[in-house]
Amino acid sequence: MNELQTILADSVNGLLAERVTKNLIQSAEDGVWPEALWSELEANGLTRVLVPEAQGGAGGTWADAAIVLKAAGRHVAPLPLAEAVLAHWLLAEAGIAAPDGVLTVMEGDLTLSAGKLSGTARRVPWGRQAAHGVALVGGNLVLASLDGASVAPDINVAREPRDTLTLKDAAAQSAPVALPENALRLYGALVRACQMAGALDYLAAQTVAYANERTQFGKPIGKFQAIQQQLAVLATQAAATGIAADHACASLKKGDAAFEIAVAKIRADDASSIATSIAHQVHGAIGFTYEHGLHFATRRLWSWRAEFGAGAEWAESLGRETIARGADALWPYVTAR
Amino acid sequence: MMQAFRFDLCELPDETRGLRADVRAFLATELAKVPAVTRAQTWSGSDPEFSRKMGAKGWIAMTWPKKYGGHERSAFDRYVVLEELLAAGAPVGAHWIGDRQSGPLLMRFGTEEQRQKILPRVAKGECYFCIGMSEPDSGSDLAATRTRADKVEGGYKVNGTKLWTSGAHTAHYMIGLFRTHLDPQNKHAGLTQFLVDLKTTEGITIRPIRDLAGKAHFNEVVFQDAFVPDDMLVGTEGGGWNQVTAELAFERSGPERYLSSFILMVEMIRELEKRGGAEGAREIGRLVAHLVTLRQMSLSVAGMLDKGENPALEASVVKDLGAIFEQDMPVRAHELLGIEPTVGAGSDYEQVLGYLTQTTPSFSLRGGTREILRGIIARGLGLR
Ligand SMILES: Cc1cc2nc3c(=O)[nH]c(=O)nc-3n(C[C@H](O)[C@H](O)[C@H](O)COP(=O)(O)OP(=O)(O)OC[C@H]3O[C@@H](n4cnc5c(N)ncnc54)[C@H](O)[C@@H]3O)c2cc1C
Repeated sequence: MNELQTILADSVNGLLAERVTKNLIQSAEDGVWPEALWSELEANGLTRVLVPEAQGGAGGTWADAAIVLKAAGRHVAPLPLAEAVLAHWLLAEAGIAAPDGVLTVMEGDLTLSAGKLSGTARRVPWGRQAAHGVALVGGNLVLASLDGASVAPDINVAREPRDTLTLKDAAAQSAPVALPENALRLYGALVRACQMAGALDYLAAQTVAYANERTQFGKPIGKFQAIQQQLAVLATQAAATGIAADHACASLKKGDAAFEIAVAKIRADDASSIATSIAHQVHGAIGFTYEHGLHFATRRLWSWRAEFGAGAEWAESLGRETIARGADALWPYVTAR
Repeated sequence: MMQAFRFDLCELPDETRGLRADVRAFLATELAKVPAVTRAQTWSGSDPEFSRKMGAKGWIAMTWPKKYGGHERSAFDRYVVLEELLAAGAPVGAHWIGDRQSGPLLMRFGTEEQRQKILPRVAKGECYFCIGMSEPDSGSDLAATRTRADKVEGGYKVNGTKLWTSGAHTAHYMIGLFRTHLDPQNKHAGLTQFLVDLKTTEGITIRPIRDLAGKAHFNEVVFQDAFVPDDMLVGTEGGGWNQVTAELAFERSGPERYLSSFILMVEMIRELEKRGGAEGAREIGRLVAHLVTLRQMSLSVAGMLDKGENPALEASVVKDLGAIFEQDMPVRAHELLGIEPTVGAGSDYEQVLGYLTQTTPSFSLRGGTREILRGIIARGLGLR
């Protein structure tokens, strides 16, 4: 991290550590929109970390965005910060001015005709809250007003809103973008991988801390070798995910990073399965209660590992490409990236 | 926040590209006729002729000072050469230990005379080392070392047994960890490292030990009143524990700790080129994701070494994750393809699977067991 990145990391982590209290997360899970926090994030420019300065953004790189996204995951911020970062970036790429208000991203069966967007988007993060949604239709980036959209509310396992939106001739702006057809899924996978890296760091830190506090048989459970070995595994899985996410973000400055993004999402998925299991095992029954906050991270990891393509989905496409390139191309390809 | 260990991204400088191409072209010719099952041995395979060629190319001792026969190149140049050798399955075993740890150890703790005498030959690919740490009663508990070096006129008299010593039968020197002083209260004290000339010292018996696959590459080395002169003491008397800890950081930090099964991955893909199917693609995709991530972690360790930092903890992380990856490979291959591994005959895939199925148990033993590495990581996390 360079000096500016250290400052960014300190400030975003500081802000979220202070604001994202257990009460805030719980009330968000009960359906209350954390308006004050959202306004603060917007005021701090965090949703526009990837927007060029000329367009009113922070002019950051994906490496900078990773810091914000990891923090969002680490502190389990219950609002669409990652989605907004992505949506703002997509809009900037397409040269469409970003509107005020909550922004999200949408995937679904959508058609654009005469400047109006119609169709159904499923599992839209905070669809109920968003004023606008960003979608990719054909080669066009579309910014649609969600004013008249009908909303069928739903949630994921982490009780984050994942709503079905039906749009009929929604007012929309669009512009062609030079992005792959699956860009929304791809970059969605990237932001989730970053969030997962943050959440895994939290799990490791929290679980180590708990093991040092909780006493059984007259000593902290962290003194038992069986627990130590498990915690070592948890920490190494978190570290692997962190660097995989960083690598994907760094690769974007060279252009296409579809390969590295797939790697990051697969790695994050694998790590999540191992790490959530260890974190719960070490926490015992208390970690299985709603009262204890561990599950805010573990439930998110269980959802996020499947969102924007599960590891299995990315692994299949990565594997097909690898096999198609041929056995002897594997090493040259990996080292040329 | 977790500060226990840090993996910063480290990008290989563009200047390494030409070097990579050179190494690759050289290996394409050198290894053209070497069967996959032989290449699968990578750094366990030994070929002095190949090592001398490497020396002539300047691909041993790459980062060492020129006055010791080195080439004063960057840690990244060295990393590129190492990973190319491993990925191609080059028989680098003869010079590997000297290049990786014994040479650097001498550079750090050895006398000027020891360096002058030995290092240039290591750099030429002519002088090989083995590691004399483990003993019958001292495996993970390295400080339980019993082999004694008792002070006598002009040197030390060594008695005891080193075990599992890889390559002792071909090596010119061993760096041995011996007990020069016994303090029952403090077993880490009183250990000393020595250079032992295996070719000329009397009183040393080297017996090969066949591994479960029938190959003999590690040994029992018995010392009976073997005389080691004073000028062969490495570093300080009684400072062996600290020195050996530094040496283990070199031993654990390289890309060989995740690439030992790479040849099988290549052969798996070759099989799947014929078969197709979603299941195989998913498996390969997962393995690629782990490979690429481990490579980034390994590069990060190389970057720390280049900056003169001490990546001992990070190296343990990579070695632990790397061994899981290497050991997972034959299991995945078996579950996916269900082809019986073979020995001595059969397709490349079958033979490589036969070799690695039998070899992978050692990957989480040699160089420090999985449990010991995780103990080190747990200490880094503040649990011990
Ligand atoms: C192929 C191969 C090559 C080798 N080459 C060399 C060489 O060149 N030079 C050399 O010096 N050595 C060499 N070794 C030896 C290697 O370093 C040892 O095998 C290793 O340190 C473990 O020691 P051990 O085999 O005596 O097992 P032990 O230490 O007896 O361990 C047996 C099991 O008990 C576990 N265990 C031990 N202590 C603890 C603990 N405190 N907590 C939890 N679990 C524990 C271990 O993790 C392991 O699972 C080689 C080994 C192999 C397999």
